[in-house]
Amino acid sequence: MSSALQKMTIAKALNAGMRAAMETDPKVVLLGEDIGKLGGVFRITEGLQKDFGEDRVLDTPLAESGIMGTAVGLALRGYRPVVEIQFDGFVYPAFDQIISQVAKMHYRSLGHLRLPMVIRIPYGGGIGAVEHHSESNEAYFAHTAGLRVVTCSSAEDAYWMIQQAIASDDPVVFYEPKRRYHERGEIELGEDAPHGLHDAVVRTPGTDVTLLAYGPMVKTAMIAAQAADTEGRSIEVVDLRSLSPLDVPTILESARKTGRVVVAHEAQTFLGMGAELAALVQHEAFYHLEAPVIRVGGYNIPYPPSRHEEVFLPDLDRILDAVDRSLAY
Amino acid sequence: MSDDVVAPVETAAPATHEPPARDITDGGPEMVQFLDAEGRRIPQTEVNGPYADYLQDVDGEMLRSLYRDLVLVRRVDSEGHALQRQGELGLWPSLLGQEAAQVGAGRAMRTQDYAFPGYREHGVAWCKGVDPVNLLGMFRGVNHGGWDSNENNFHLYTIVIGNQMLHATGYAMGVQKDGLVGTGDADRDTAVMAFTGDGGTAQGDYNEALVFASVAHSPVVFFVQNNHWAISEPNDRQFIIPPYQRARGFGIPGVRVDGNDVLATLAVTRAALERARGGQGPTLIEAFTYRMGAHTTSDDPTKYRIAAEVDIWKKKDPIDRLRKHLEAEGLVEDGWFESIDAEADELAQRIRTACQQMPNPPHEDMFEKVYVDPHPLIERERAEFVAYQASFEED
Ligand SMILES: Cc1ncc(C[n+]2csc(CCOP(=O)(O)OP(=O)(O)O)c2C)c(N)n1
Repeated sequence: MSSALQKMTIAKALNAGMRAAMETDPKVVLLGEDIGKLGGVFRITEGLQKDFGEDRVLDTPLAESGIMGTAVGLALRGYRPVVEIQFDGFVYPAFDQIISQVAKMHYRSLGHLRLPMVIRIPYGGGIGAVEHHSESNEAYFAHTAGLRVVTCSSAEDAYWMIQQAIASDDPVVFYEPKRRYHERGEIELGEDAPHGLHDAVVRTPGTDVTLLAYGPMVKTAMIAAQAADTEGRSIEVVDLRSLSPLDVPTILESARKTGRVVVAHEAQTFLGMGAELAALVQHEAFYHLEAPVIRVGGYNIPYPPSRHEEVFLPDLDRILDAVDRSLAY
Repeated sequence: MSDDVVAPVETAAPATHEPPARDITDGGPEMVQFLDAEGRRIPQTEVNGPYADYLQDVDGEMLRSLYRDLVLVRRVDSEGHALQRQGELGLWPSLLGQEAAQVGAGRAMRTQDYAFPGYREHGVAWCKGVDPVNLLGMFRGVNHGGWDSNENNFHLYTIVIGNQMLHATGYAMGVQKDGLVGTGDADRDTAVMAFTGDGGTAQGDYNEALVFASVAHSPVVFFVQNNHWAISEPNDRQFIIPPYQRARGFGIPGVRVDGNDVLATLAVTRAALERARGGQGPTLIEAFTYRMGAHTTSDDPTKYRIAAEVDIWKKKDPIDRLRKHLEAEGLVEDGWFESIDAEADELAQRIRTACQQMPNPPHEDMFEKVYVDPHPLIERERAEFVAYQASFEED
């Protein structure tokens, strides 16, 4: 396949990535609510049922535990199920299947069984939605051994990472930054994937402060880095991309270089990804640090009514405030 | 082979797994109806006969007040829709077409009966006395519900499909423990109603609720509004045997009712609630109706359903039907329908004004009511938040 540069949205890139995976591997099947004719409420699977048939793109009954449990069965039978959870807040009925079965099957079968499945979850806030439609619940799954957890922040990553996730023989929880679905980016089709599924990537090199971000916060982090740059502060933005496993070498290299680390995520900070990252950095880069790791995230309350979103979600100001506090040490 | 081996029973079940062909506009011979689509009172049949007693008090005045409820509820709904279109609300789930299902059910409830709604039950809310303005807050993004459920015995809307079915069942178990079932005192005996849609019947919680209610014999009435669509998925993606028939397998009587016939939904729900209050256990009602509009204002139904289907259901409109009946029976005076429309206009105006004037809550409020007792982390974050916000004012 010859290479061709294409500009597309994250939504379209996910669609193209799944299409490519379905063309390559006839065992890839899609399951979810409203993913067939409608193409999903975000249209991520648009056209796939039409082109691959109802056998491969299944509009399931409205039951997430059912979707997840049957996906396990399909995987045991040699299929590669890609499950769509309609919104972050609706994954909980499937929580038991994910934690008790999906995550542990390989381990408890002494490696005899594999569950090469992908659980796609549109996540995060900032879209003015009613409750249960804006959550960032990645820490629950990253906390659970046996699951790989990744999240894309650009069209290019969306395109490649979804294919890598589908190709993975381990179950992957694949988080999609829903408020960024319509952000456009360039993709080099036909080339090899530019990064591994579990690589962190330095988005903006810098020297003063490391800013760790992922998913929807990457864009905010890049804008913050630009703003800081005009004030003479050099921020290095690291897009984690993978939350389990973490790309420890890349994270530590940046932390050791700058000596200051800020973590930004939408999720509530208490026992969130930032807590793990802070522990990692303070333990492994202790003698390089000029300041404690600072976390910027959601407050430790239930996701609030949408009129509070603008202050609940970390924004440019809150990130720069954290950068200032880090530099003040 | 021993003698007591049971011979396989011949059943009527089809040998194939093909879903039975279904006409989604025809509820079938078991559906309870009192008013046909032309507003004519259907003569007593074997199917509706058992419910006829529950309409004995339905006189001209009652029919007019049911009509009024239907019209006002539709108006609440269309105003919600309009407010979303004007940017005053973030989302609105319309009940258009389901007014009779909800008003019949809502009017059958007594004050002490408790309702557990989904998110589309604006008509039940109305009948339970909830001010429609209170429904708007969560769709405007100023709160997650915002009414006191215990004031009108109308629980908060539940968005996660199926969750509330178990809550209703548990609440009914509590009523039972309180001894408020089968006392014979109509003002004290209490029942609970749980509302969900056809899609909801697939959810685990729904099926567990039926098991629990059946086993506990609790005073709960499950009211499934089968509006034939769960966003883009039609009934045959959710079940092969319809909910009212499936109920019987759980040990719960199931009845299908014409959801666009307010007399039928009223009668059937009254009967079920009476059973529940009297200690005869749960009932499942499937209201056969149709979602005339989009799933919500975010949805585009032209992507997945044909207009012809909607046109057929238009002819079964619940309000037209009762209006024709009132006219044919000569139960209204000149100008009465217009007076109801005028009342609806006033209500819509009040809702619109109240919505537009609904203040944004101070951001600090988002830290309120996370816990009953003070929680140090919340207190600390609130203080940090306040100081941080204040730092902008200093600049
Ligand atoms: C657990 C869960 N999964 C998915 C959703 C998203 N969702 C909202 S409404 C809906 C369809 C509901 O259909 P139905 O139960 O028939 O009720 P209706 O909306 O037609 O009244 C879906 C899938 C949800 N709210 N909760």
